[in-house]
Amino acid sequence: MRLALGLVLLVAVLFVLSLLSGQAPVGAGDSLKALIAGDGTPLSVVMREIRLPRALLAAMIGAVLGQSGAAMQGYLRNPLAEPGLIGISGASALGAVLAIQTGLSLMFPLALPLAALGMAVLAVLLILALAGPRGASITLILAGIAISALAGALTSLALNLSPNPFAAADIVFWMMGSLADRSFTHVWLAAPFMAVGALLLASLGRGLDALTLGEDAAEALGIGLSGLRLRLILGTAACVGAATAVAGAIGFVGLVVPHLLRPAVGARPSALLWASALGGAAMVLAADIAVRELLPARDLKLGVLMALVGAPLFLHLIYKTRKEMA
Amino acid sequence: MSLMTLRDLTVRRGECPVVDHVSLSVSEGECIGLIGPNGAGKTTLMRAALGLLPASGESTLAALPAPERARTAAWMPQAREIAWPVTVERLIALGRIPHLPRGARLRSQDRAAVEAAIARMGLDSYRARTATQLSGGEQARVLIARALAQETPLLLADEPIAGLDPAHQIATMEVFADLAREGRSVIVSLHDLGAAARHCTRLLMMERGRLVADGPPGAVLTPGNVDRVFGVSAYYEDTAQGPVFQPLQVTR
Repeated sequence: MRLALGLVLLVAVLFVLSLLSGQAPVGAGDSLKALIAGDGTPLSVVMREIRLPRALLAAMIGAVLGQSGAAMQGYLRNPLAEPGLIGISGASALGAVLAIQTGLSLMFPLALPLAALGMAVLAVLLILALAGPRGASITLILAGIAISALAGALTSLALNLSPNPFAAADIVFWMMGSLADRSFTHVWLAAPFMAVGALLLASLGRGLDALTLGEDAAEALGIGLSGLRLRLILGTAACVGAATAVAGAIGFVGLVVPHLLRPAVGARPSALLWASALGGAAMVLAADIAVRELLPARDLKLGVLMALVGAPLFLHLIYKTRKEMA
Repeated sequence: MSLMTLRDLTVRRGECPVVDHVSLSVSEGECIGLIGPNGAGKTTLMRAALGLLPASGESTLAALPAPERARTAAWMPQAREIAWPVTVERLIALGRIPHLPRGARLRSQDRAAVEAAIARMGLDSYRARTATQLSGGEQARVLIARALAQETPLLLADEPIAGLDPAHQIATMEVFADLAREGRSVIVSLHDLGAAARHCTRLLMMERGRLVADGPPGAVLTPGNVDRVFGVSAYYEDTAQGPVFQPLQVTR
């Protein structure tokens, strides 16, 4: 309970800080007043059309990435699992890259996220076909690896054949992941997928708890493993596909956040689902504030910062795990 | 009343039957030992009976809808898996999952079941320990307690006493015998024929997928059966301290 309260408070504070972070040199009070008043002044437009959707997206993306990471780790009973494992983020990125490469994204702005979402859906169908009807986890991992590899190869091919250096640079920058210049259109595009995905993942709690005892024992406890796996795949795909479609590839959230919060919830996979959602929201909000405050003049990419922070954090976790095992 | 009936239960791996037309019925109050050499099909028989494996023939247990089956029979697999560092108490409480209404927390009857399971397995001093940091034998006892907390009329356990010290082997078999005296039934697969002879009310002997003997220990552990199925000779005597069975020599 105290953990939930603490995390909610943290997210709320970071959300407000995110709203106040930016290039316009305005006081906090004025900014928030302009946000609430919505009186058509330039400041109010900045607050309502630029900063609010950015903060919302950061919170939403962090939440679903954290939650799907917790779900994936719980399902595979492996603390190194992450939502990208089933290849959805790779496929989604490929969709976006194709939209940039073909110039479609220049013709109409929503082409990029829509192509990314479409490719995520295609990857889900492919995974379901490859992983087979029974609920085993090993076939899911193998299918995910195959799809990730294929998506990665096709992304490289698109880069390789890109028509001009500008398109190539666009692709590279997009793949680094960012929340700059996003609007409410992006929020409304991602929100329904994320809501459905988050609900699907939230329904997994009891099954993931039972899986602590292994697949056989969980099934004997009355958990339908194939149904569980289907909800996991669809939920993760909706969450990660939508997140990648609007923000590019943002790694490490789904890997590190559940790992950090696991001791705080007594290692219960069901509790880790909501805790990681809140923790993920806090982490991405904080990182998105940092990219604006650290190098305001240079467009530091969110995904880059995430990896810079995430990798050492992960090394620390490995070190801690090693000490526990010794 | 019959808790489980199998009719011609058959599991094939490719062409080869791993469990071959097994028919049997389990009534209330039985402590059943499932014995047989490695690869005789003991684990496969139990998993197929629970409906965890596709099988032909009939199992009344596998025919139940999954949630109802989980309230009828508990299963302790041989692989002692504990994936996350949860406390012993929390792990045992996982046995209550089939009884909890959707989204509910542990109710008072669930807590009572967990407490009873902890008391039966003598795990009171372990309840706050992290389950993954216990020794193999301790983990086995915790997982047995988890299955007990499920409070089902029938308990199936795959080699539950393998790797336990003598005192805990005897204590665990006595827990199973107690359950049988209370009217519940237990099916345990065992390699320790001595423990099977002492504690079980009935033995099922399997050989290459077939059920070759079914009855009280004295009728199943005959010199002929033991020689043919296990390839050993044995000493078996009904002593003043109960039946004693000791394998002696390899006969082939």
